[in-house]
Amino acid sequence: MKLDCKHVWEHISEYIDGSVDVQLREEIERHLEHCEICSAILDSTRNILILTADDRTFELPVGYSERLHERLAREIEGSEPDLKKK
Amino acid sequence: MQTRSISEAELIARIVAGERDLFHELIRPYERMVYLTVFSIVRNETEAEDGAQEAVINAYRHLSSFRAEAKFSTWLTTIAINEGRKRLRKAKGAAEDSIEAETDEKEGDYTPAPLTDWREIPLEALERKELREALRKAVAELPAIYRQVFTLRDLEELNIEETAQALGVNPGTVKVRLHRARIILQKKLVPFLKTIAPARKGWFGRAL
Repeated sequence: MKLDCKHVWEHISEYIDGSVDVQLREEIERHLEHCEICSAILDSTRNILILTADDRTFELPVGYSERLHERLAREIEGSEPDLKKK
Repeated sequence: MQTRSISEAELIARIVAGERDLFHELIRPYERMVYLTVFSIVRNETEAEDGAQEAVINAYRHLSSFRAEAKFSTWLTTIAINEGRKRLRKAKGAAEDSIEAETDEKEGDYTPAPLTDWREIPLEALERKELREALRKAVAELPAIYRQVFTLRDLEELNIEETAQALGVNPGTVKVRLHRARIILQKKLVPFLKTIAPARKGWFGRAL
């Protein structure tokens, strides 16, 4: 069976995740070999995911970690069992 | 006696047994995840930070109820999600919230945008700030149900099962939402990708 582009697009996300079965994967790969459009779509989608996973894309507020651990330290201090006071 | 050799399970057991300060170590690898999870729901930096702190404190207080069969990261994510949702409800009151898509029923157009004059993005183009900004903006604009799945799966790199568990939906739903989220982003970012794309063949391999 020959896959058309639309069929490839429907499975593109699962293909990227490696969760399509062997047969479908082979069909998709055969299609990609000769289809520039689908290859470009696949590459662009993958690049978006690479960029998403890059820590610099979604940054944390400056000082977030310090403030978090300070708050946590206060909580831990306050929740210390009473025996410490004796 | 390196810290590295203490497993997460052991760390948790020791904290529950009374070595409370070790909670700092336990939480450190997940700080980023907690913040981003809350942010994906509340979409406001200050709220997200407050919420993240609250979620971590909650996790600390309830650590003894954590069951070893579960994954700590998934358990923590669930706490972060609940905290985010709580804040969102409070902020929005009863209004407005319902505007955001809450179901997958709607038949939308989830076909990717074709790139006719483009082949591979050179790696250095991915370094461009504008592209990062565009991506942040596009993610923020995703409908809530897609944004949350995308954040857990592609930003925090939870697997499908863990994402499903954390959000309380089934894995099939996660896959559908993830697919749509990725396609929406691909569509939105294509114009940015095109403008930075002098074609250079064979640069970007297939491997992720």
